[in-house]
Amino acid sequence: MKPDDARIRWIEEPKLGATGKMYLPLFFQGIVTTIRHLLGPKLTVYSPEQRHEIPDPLIYRGVHRLNRDEQGRVKCVACFLCATACPAHCIDIIGAESPWPDREKYPESFTIDELRCIFCGMCEEACPVNAIELTSLYDLSGKSREEMVFDKEKLLSVYDRTKDAEPMAKAAAPLPPQSGETP
Amino acid sequence: MAKIIIDGHEIEIPDSERLNGIEAARRVGIEIPHYCWHPGLSVVGSCRMCLVEVGTRDAKTGNISMMPKLAPACNTMMTDGTVLVTNSEKVQQARAMVEENLLLSHPIDCPICDKAGECSLQDYHFQYGQDERRADVRPFTSRRRDLGDRVALFVDRCIKCTRCVRFVREVAGTAELMVSQRGAHEEIAVMPDFPLNNNLSGNVVDLCPVGALGDKDFLYRQRVWFMRTHPGVCTGCATGCSIRVEENQDRIYRIKPRENLLVNKWWICNEGRYGYPHVHSDRRLLGARRRDGQSAVELDWATVPGELRERLGKAGRLAAVLSPHLTVEEAYLLCQLVRQYDPRALLVLGPVPKVGEDERFPGGFTISAEKCPNRLGVEAIVAHHTGRVPTWDELISELGRGEIRGVWVSGGYKTDWIAETKAKKFEDLELLVVQDLFPSPLSQRATYVLPGAAFAEREGSYVNRADRLQTAAWAIRPPGGVRVEGSLYWELLGREGLYDARTVLSEVAGEILYFQVAAREIPETGIDLKANMLAR
Repeated sequence: MKPDDARIRWIEEPKLGATGKMYLPLFFQGIVTTIRHLLGPKLTVYSPEQRHEIPDPLIYRGVHRLNRDEQGRVKCVACFLCATACPAHCIDIIGAESPWPDREKYPESFTIDELRCIFCGMCEEACPVNAIELTSLYDLSGKSREEMVFDKEKLLSVYDRTKDAEPMAKAAAPLPPQSGETP
Repeated sequence: MAKIIIDGHEIEIPDSERLNGIEAARRVGIEIPHYCWHPGLSVVGSCRMCLVEVGTRDAKTGNISMMPKLAPACNTMMTDGTVLVTNSEKVQQARAMVEENLLLSHPIDCPICDKAGECSLQDYHFQYGQDERRADVRPFTSRRRDLGDRVALFVDRCIKCTRCVRFVREVAGTAELMVSQRGAHEEIAVMPDFPLNNNLSGNVVDLCPVGALGDKDFLYRQRVWFMRTHPGVCTGCATGCSIRVEENQDRIYRIKPRENLLVNKWWICNEGRYGYPHVHSDRRLLGARRRDGQSAVELDWATVPGELRERLGKAGRLAAVLSPHLTVEEAYLLCQLVRQYDPRALLVLGPVPKVGEDERFPGGFTISAEKCPNRLGVEAIVAHHTGRVPTWDELISELGRGEIRGVWVSGGYKTDWIAETKAKKFEDLELLVVQDLFPSPLSQRATYVLPGAAFAEREGSYVNRADRLQTAAWAIRPPGGVRVEGSLYWELLGREGLYDARTVLSEVAGEILYFQVAAREIPETGIDLKANMLAR
């Protein structure tokens, strides 16, 4: 869709009214909110003894995982779109010709520097085959910087750990070649 | 003089030029989309992407009459009174239809296609195509076949523009490729047992407007939008083709031709295209070294210039070998350097590698037998300093006489260039400085081994076999422990600041008649030194 498309509706921000310009009513509104929270239920959790409850694990942006296809192979096609979208430049992929007849390209190596990552979820959005997803695991730790650079195996193991609790999103995978020829 | 009108812009085309609609529209900054047309190939007008409205203006009355049907701009020659309309509703509809038709059989596997990002089908679809796909076709994986050792064909991505077929027939003259089947079943194919293995085969990948032809050397290795492009000059042979070096984080991923109608047109040979892996070879010399008796001492580059100055001053009679791989500027600085310590120093042209005969193609492209980029340039520099061009063999016989005590050898050859027997002649010297890419029998005997830079790491000018001087900027930084020749000479000569090839070239132009025209700014296509000499 182009910026001058007729179907795009451009909306303007509403102008401030008299109460908005006066500031005081809004100030009291804020004070009321603060007091309400003071008197309301406490949300603080004694981590790590107590665990946070994540309302919807499917939309939470925690540690990444690399999904597997039906045959247990890495789903990623090494298109580099996640690495392109990544604003922190934390994804490093080496693509190669796939060893399987029905696929053309696969990641020979796939590493994510979890220390560099800002958990924005852009990689997940960019992925055309739903191969990379963010899970609800949020408390990752390691003893060295090297340990925090997750490789393909580790990212796949995150999938194995979380696949039951957080099923992978459905996406149309590319069809196999039209004839029986190798792709 | 032909007066034509394109979208209301009136332009005049001199009678000496014959332009088609696409070329004429470019003159007024209008891009007419096209797939099958290429300036270097014959016109077939088969893709129908460049359809425009064509008409004529009556010279007497000034009335414009348009043809009812659209015509391909690539096949419409501009004559006096031609009128083109490239942006009407009718034209845009035609383009959208062509796009829709092409995508009916296209796999749309852009995420795994190496062409994505520089693909005409993608670009034109974004500009001229429809937003929605009306056909119920899901993306699929393309079939892949090998056409030859270097090129792979992704059968379903092909849009049958036949640029590759015309290239191998008209330019390479080998005609390996053909179109098999007809209509919707058309496929590009090779005859069994006649694979696409000519020396220009890599060009079909550049010609392919979509991702149907893949370069096996580059396949799956990098996405195009990650790479930075640097204009350069190929140093593979004396033809000196204009190239683009494409690099990401100081690693070259591919080399592409750069349009230069005066040298290589739009093509380069496979030797140049795939002649870069030595730049990233593990065998390369790294770190300056000094030989004390039998043992070698690693040197800190900071101490090297001081040591060299002292040793050069003490050595006595000097000689320098100027490799034909040096740039004009580097050769000049090296001559200055050696002559500074010994005004009578012998300056010789290094060995000029020759392999076979020149390979000529019907399209006018020639691969030189002389596998070095700058013999003429270095010869001119040496001739300026000594009045003639002493050869490598002259130095060898001179060494036997024992007068010469110190030799500076610049190398830069991709392959082994000196035999054990020749290297033995350099044994009894006071000082032997070897500046080279790879270890050789000579570097084992050197007092000082100074790792040199590869072509993509250097900055400077080369003179090709047709006396055309072209400049190249550096594309990648050299690996740690390597110092670019030019910058080392610059420092040894005690010049201020950083090495600047342009400053040196201006000096050379002021001093040597052959290079006089290089005082001007050098255009991207280079400058002809010989023609300018004659014009004087």
